[in-house]
Amino acid sequence: MTKYKESIMKAIFFAAACTSILAVTLICLFLFINGVPAIAKIGIFDFLMGTTWKPNNTPPSFGILPMILGSIYVTAGAAVVGVPVGVLTAVFMAKYCPKKLYRILKPAINLLAGIPSIVYGFFGLVVIVPFIRDTFGGTGNSMLTASILLGIMILPTIVGISESSIRATPQSYYEGALALGASHERSTFFVVLPAAKSGIMAAIVLGIGRAIGETMAVIMVAGNQARMPAGLLKGVRTLTANIIIEMGYAAELHREALIATGVVLFVFILIINLLLSLLKRRTG
Amino acid sequence: MESINKLSYIQKLRTYKRDPRSLVLFLLVIVSTILTIGLLLFLIGYIMIKGIPHIKPELFQWKYNTLNVSLMPALINTVIITIISLLIAAPIGIFSAIYLVEYAKKGNKLVAIIRITAETLSGIPSIVYGLFGLLFFVTALGWGMSLLAGAFTLSIMILPLIMRTTEEALKAVPNSYREGSYGLGAGKLRTVFKIVLPSAMPGILAGVILGIGRIVGESAALIYTAGTVAEIPKGSDFLFDSTRTLSVHMYALASEGLYVNQSYATAVILLIIVVLINYLSGFISKKLSKV
Repeated sequence: MTKYKESIMKAIFFAAACTSILAVTLICLFLFINGVPAIAKIGIFDFLMGTTWKPNNTPPSFGILPMILGSIYVTAGAAVVGVPVGVLTAVFMAKYCPKKLYRILKPAINLLAGIPSIVYGFFGLVVIVPFIRDTFGGTGNSMLTASILLGIMILPTIVGISESSIRATPQSYYEGALALGASHERSTFFVVLPAAKSGIMAAIVLGIGRAIGETMAVIMVAGNQARMPAGLLKGVRTLTANIIIEMGYAAELHREALIATGVVLFVFILIINLLLSLLKRRTG
Repeated sequence: MESINKLSYIQKLRTYKRDPRSLVLFLLVIVSTILTIGLLLFLIGYIMIKGIPHIKPELFQWKYNTLNVSLMPALINTVIITIISLLIAAPIGIFSAIYLVEYAKKGNKLVAIIRITAETLSGIPSIVYGLFGLLFFVTALGWGMSLLAGAFTLSIMILPLIMRTTEEALKAVPNSYREGSYGLGAGKLRTVFKIVLPSAMPGILAGVILGIGRIVGESAALIYTAGTVAEIPKGSDFLFDSTRTLSVHMYALASEGLYVNQSYATAVILLIIVVLINYLSGFISKKLSKV
């Protein structure tokens, strides 16, 4: 009887473990089955390289290049804003922070990660948008605004992972540098940081993945005009925004084109995941 | 902090004077940290100060209408959707972690695939989950935009989180516990349920609470799976009613632009929930590290 129970439970545990395989398979299957025919119908070149997105025109044009570029620009902007601040904060957390302060700062960084994206978006809408509008002119709903907001949102990811990879470098590296007469800063920046390079790279890639997939915060501050990105202070629409804004009323080919937009986003994410696992393998 | 590098302030100043580059790096580090923490404090402070005066009793009326803009239905829906999602994701996540840690043999190819897929899941953005939920649960299974479709979508989303935290908690249980249990004649299953799981409980709970945090904050995955109806589901088939959670409610308010004050108030409630959840999770896992 006991033997029976043991093997049944083992089978249940095993089945549970296979759920994630099933989930990924289903997600790939449903996205590709629903999205790829639209790409074929529109033509892969017209879809990916087309510069006009006018689904309601006759004949409609479904070019998502503006959104692809929008996503890339905004994400790059977020990296420019978030990476230096994040990595330097991680250096502080790992190499400067007194223990007592650490007990307060660490939960604070975790809290930053826990704040819902819609709250970030609202904050961007009521604080950053007016700030950009008053400082640089324009409407304030712009690529710059979205980049700053996303830069803030990826901070906790970058800080957390960079910090742990800095901590994972052997203490002897730091001690050796000190023994050679280097200052605390020089030892940290020129010996410890290069040693933690691949971990920090992983943190940056993960942050980029977060930024490119972010939806709710971006649509509240980016302006969302479906046209080629025209400048830092002009509005942009990202791939994510394109899906959430138009999915509500889209039908037929328009709807399929939106799902295909999701496929493109999904492929981006898969590439980022692949990059990440390569980096992780190098970290060992 | 670095016990091997204890310098007095005067010594430090002398170093910086001799080596200005060190001083610049030091200042950059300090400025960045102040910026990060300052941003957090500013965000929370700003929303609290603007929002708390607008938390009024009519925000908590049972029925939503355009006059009171009540967040009560959304709050209750959030609780319902959280419970259903956890009922689905927690057992699956915990069981699969048990399989990975306690049963799987090293070097098993399937285990490698399970890990890769779990990692892939944790990298997928919520909008893609939303899209999948719309295609699979809402359309293919014919559930319509409903509580159930939303809950299932969210449960896939938090599955990798629960798996990972449970795995870490299980791995932290000393092997001597298991050996002791076997030594007393207990079988594998009994050992897992009576010895390993109870001692890993704080870590598992901390992970589940983090999962609650993600559910509460989620909006992109829910708009086209659970929908945006601001009512508490009723009746026998309430699982198939369309509902909005607090985050979706907040999105609806903020994007309409008519209810700025109520948006602030809703943001305050969301922030309070998130802060509480984070505190609780940290508190529980700290208890774990003391054991």
